[in-house]
Amino acid sequence: MAAPLTLLLIVAVTIRAVLFRSSLAELIPERVEVVSPLNAWKRVVEGLALLDLGVSPYAGDVFHETPLIIYFFHFVIDYAEIVFMVMGCVFLLQFRKQKYALEAERYPLDCLELIRTPKEMYYIPLKVAMFYLLNPFTILSCVAKSTCGLNNAVIALFILCTVKGSSLMSAIFLALATYQSIYPLTLFAPALLYLLQRLYIPVNWQRSSFWLFTTQYTFMYLGSLCVMVCLSFFLLSSWDFLSSVYGFILSVPDLTPNIGLFWYFFAEMFEHFRLFFICVFQINVFFYTIPLSIKLKEHPIFLIFMQIAIISIFKSYPTVGDIALYMAFLPAWNHLYRFLRNIFLVSVVLLACSALFPVLWHLWIYAGSANSNFYYAITLLFNVAQILLVSDYFYAYLRREHHLTHGLYLKRKDGSEATLVLK
Amino acid sequence: MAAHRCNIFMLVFVLCGLTYVFVRADIEDTNHVKDAESVAVDIAPKANIGASLRSTKTEDQTQAAEEERQWEAETNPADAPSDNKADHVHDTMQNLDSRPAPYAKDQTQEAAEEERQWEATEVKEADRVPDTMQTPDVPPLTPAKDQFQEELVIRPLHSGDIYASFQFRTMWDTDFLRGSKVSHYRLFPKSLGQVISKFSVRELHISFTQGYWRTMQWGQPFLPSPPGAELWVWFQDTVTDVDGAWKELTNVLSGIFCASLNFIDSTNTVQPSASFKPLGLGNVTDQRFLRYAVLPREIVCTENLTPWKKLLPCGSKAGLAVLMKSEKLFHSSFHSQALHFRPVCQDWKCKSTVWELRQTLNVVFDLHTSGQGKREWSLFKMFSRTVTEACPLASSSKVYVDVTDNPQGELFELSPTTPLLSQAVVLGDRRTYSVYDLTNQATFGQTRSLNMLLRWRAAESGDMLRPLLHGERYVAGYGLQTGEIHTLMYNNHPYRAFPVLLLDTVPWYLRLYIHTLTVTSKGRDNKPSYIHYQPSKDRLRPHLLEMLVQLPPNSVTEVTMQFERALLKWTEYTPDPNHGFYVGSSVISALVPSVVAMDTNSTRECPLFSSFFPCKEESSYFMRVYTEPLLVNLPTPDFSMPYNVICLTCTVVAVGYGSLYNLLTRTFQVEEPSPGLAKRLANIIRRLRGVPLL
Repeated sequence: MAAPLTLLLIVAVTIRAVLFRSSLAELIPERVEVVSPLNAWKRVVEGLALLDLGVSPYAGDVFHETPLIIYFFHFVIDYAEIVFMVMGCVFLLQFRKQKYALEAERYPLDCLELIRTPKEMYYIPLKVAMFYLLNPFTILSCVAKSTCGLNNAVIALFILCTVKGSSLMSAIFLALATYQSIYPLTLFAPALLYLLQRLYIPVNWQRSSFWLFTTQYTFMYLGSLCVMVCLSFFLLSSWDFLSSVYGFILSVPDLTPNIGLFWYFFAEMFEHFRLFFICVFQINVFFYTIPLSIKLKEHPIFLIFMQIAIISIFKSYPTVGDIALYMAFLPAWNHLYRFLRNIFLVSVVLLACSALFPVLWHLWIYAGSANSNFYYAITLLFNVAQILLVSDYFYAYLRREHHLTHGLYLKRKDGSEATLVLK
Repeated sequence: MAAHRCNIFMLVFVLCGLTYVFVRADIEDTNHVKDAESVAVDIAPKANIGASLRSTKTEDQTQAAEEERQWEAETNPADAPSDNKADHVHDTMQNLDSRPAPYAKDQTQEAAEEERQWEATEVKEADRVPDTMQTPDVPPLTPAKDQFQEELVIRPLHSGDIYASFQFRTMWDTDFLRGSKVSHYRLFPKSLGQVISKFSVRELHISFTQGYWRTMQWGQPFLPSPPGAELWVWFQDTVTDVDGAWKELTNVLSGIFCASLNFIDSTNTVQPSASFKPLGLGNVTDQRFLRYAVLPREIVCTENLTPWKKLLPCGSKAGLAVLMKSEKLFHSSFHSQALHFRPVCQDWKCKSTVWELRQTLNVVFDLHTSGQGKREWSLFKMFSRTVTEACPLASSSKVYVDVTDNPQGELFELSPTTPLLSQAVVLGDRRTYSVYDLTNQATFGQTRSLNMLLRWRAAESGDMLRPLLHGERYVAGYGLQTGEIHTLMYNNHPYRAFPVLLLDTVPWYLRLYIHTLTVTSKGRDNKPSYIHYQPSKDRLRPHLLEMLVQLPPNSVTEVTMQFERALLKWTEYTPDPNHGFYVGSSVISALVPSVVAMDTNSTRECPLFSSFFPCKEESSYFMRVYTEPLLVNLPTPDFSMPYNVICLTCTVVAVGYGSLYNLLTRTFQVEEPSPGLAKRLANIIRRLRGVPLL
């Protein structure tokens, strides 16, 4: 296990090092798919330059990182980024070992082929690491020095700590992720559910132990969030960063094209509907937390995956780095492949769109032979494909659960082979 | 909002209509006069040539004797900051004084007396200079000292074009600051006076310019101005809500000048920290009271000129303003009209202040194209009018013609000749002018009208001294994503380095990256000694970059900065979005070493004792240079698509919502084959009959 992992690491680092020294290193950080106004390295450097000039980085509308990031990068050289990427992934490797061992006992015998063999389980961490480290999206995002990699590392650390059952560390990393970009707030519910499950506390409103742990975890989370915000305040002694970071994320004033749904929609929006639609679109991200938590309360890890995927599709400034994060989970669900309905179509569309992004961007911005609608059409298609991918996995997961309880080969009353439908 | 806009358009429309009527009347008026004038023009040259020939001869004979000429020393107080100016003028006055008293020739004696007298009063009032002359013929100070002066400077440019600069100065002796309500207006325009006192304005500078001043071909203008409209105002330090006053003031001025100044808002207003200091009295340097805005897109035309002319005491009825016929003024390469309001000293002791309103109008006529290949011009050719009288309200009214390059009359001949000569140090260069005093009836001669005629003798107009400071700007890069602004600053001085202050105002939709700022001169990094940078806020305020750069001698300094083009909301684009967006000129302000001081191997005859050290009055002078405005393209959305985009994006979100909703609310069930239609009908009937179902 250790040898292939080391090999993988070496390959991944080599690819990045080569790209850093190639001519692509200037090209990639300019790509709108790879960096957003929120995490572009150019803007971090700009923030540092402003700080050196004695101007508050938040006085302008270029810098939108959190204050901790500035002071972090004050001390860290550029290439530290790559170390962070690798670190994030290495942590990501480990968390799946315990989980699926538990599942095997409880289900009917005929589902045995649905349960993963220990051998399969053994290779999952390696596959996850491979999917993340060798994913072209991750590599691009890393070469562009997007701080998205840093956020991914924080989220990976949070998942690791949660899976290991360390509730304090989990709360701290969750707070850090929330502090970086509000959206990981929705990961609070799955983390809580997972920790409760680990402690064998049932989700029951009447039980005091449930309430005790919930308040305990909430306090840890809010406390660390509070500490971070206050620390930022004391670093800059002003609250400007709140509107410049969180206000910027929520109110979407920067309409620079990206792979998300927001930019063209709000560029073309009628002024008097703007506020309404901003609210609708932002609520959309947070809205799925409650129904998903209810539906998946037995499966918090899958819930985490769903939440991360929804965030990266519907967030205001998505980049390919966000997509890479939830795609890294896909090998963990390889036991769902037999229930996926349109994985081929979706992967083809995703591949085609990834290739078409730069082409249509060039036609619009440089050649002038296309207009913004071309690029917009591709973002639409790309997002539809992502939505289909996620809902397909959700469908497959629910279906597998159904089969685990009811047996794999269902029969009708009259004995003929039955088909499953959603009703 | 729409109603408000509608109102403004109505107002503009009505004003334009009035302007049109006015102009029509003007034209008809001219047509009547034209016949009479054309006769005069026909006769004038013959008589004038003879006179000028004779005068050149006499000049040749008597040239060495300086005493025969009336030297008139004059500074150009418009551009110099007040501190330096005082020194300049002081020195000039001493020079004047140290000269032997002029032996006035009999025929020009009267004029000379008047000239001296005017000079003395003018200097005393404009600048706080200890007047060493103290001649008894200075008129005693009258209590209300409203005063009006007008002048026209004509300078033949080396490119063959003609530069005409009108200056009108109205002095307003009032004290609107101490709450005393001013209701009596003599010479000062009431419409402006009321606005200024209402908004507690200390200084107001406004200019409307059509065309770009080509420094490399034309040299320096007397008063530089950027293309489009420029407005900068210093408010009194008693104003509490400066932004509110500024907003109201721009709207009012927009009405007065019939210009789109109401488009000045927080997104194009800045508060420069060093570039725009008050030009008048007062030591208020707190930039909180300063507002500066440029509208590079403003088109200047007749409707702006008419209200501007109406501010003059004589209107366009008499005096030099008669020449301002918009049909001709706007048929030119460059047109700039400006208005400067500032406090100045009332007398040399500077015990009290008066308010000075200086209206200037600068035009460059391209006579190559309109002169049918002949290089000659006359007042009538330029303005299709001649001067017949001075404004009766004016205390002085003069026409100056720059004859510096033509001391012997070999380059061009000027007729009618005038015995009056004046020398002035303008922008660091010593210039000689022929002066026509319009208050003197002899100036108009027999024809009762003054029509100066200048005829070139030489085909080549000699070399022009390259302007010492010169700026250029352009956008580099391709595509609509990023770009780079390059500003080039030329120091053409052979051996002196001098610092310049560069002011750049860039709208928020070009996101500047200050860390990409590079300043290089002669291939080496030239670190600015002072940088004031205010980053932009989206839809709220522009970028402001001010820096102090030392320009090495004989070099080009290049300032580059990268920017990113923003995609705007579809309502924020101009009606012609693919035309591009204008970025105002950068302003380069500098104390430039004088051209005269640069002249080490001077062939000019001057005393040896005066030529070793450059004397103080000429060592450096203040100069402001405006670069070209930029036109930048931004990426545009498809303006016909809002409904489609809203529908399509919402569909995608609904697909996400729908598929998740589907999976969340339903459960898996084994599909039971649904009974056929016949069976269902049969079951319904059976249910009605009360029999067991099938």
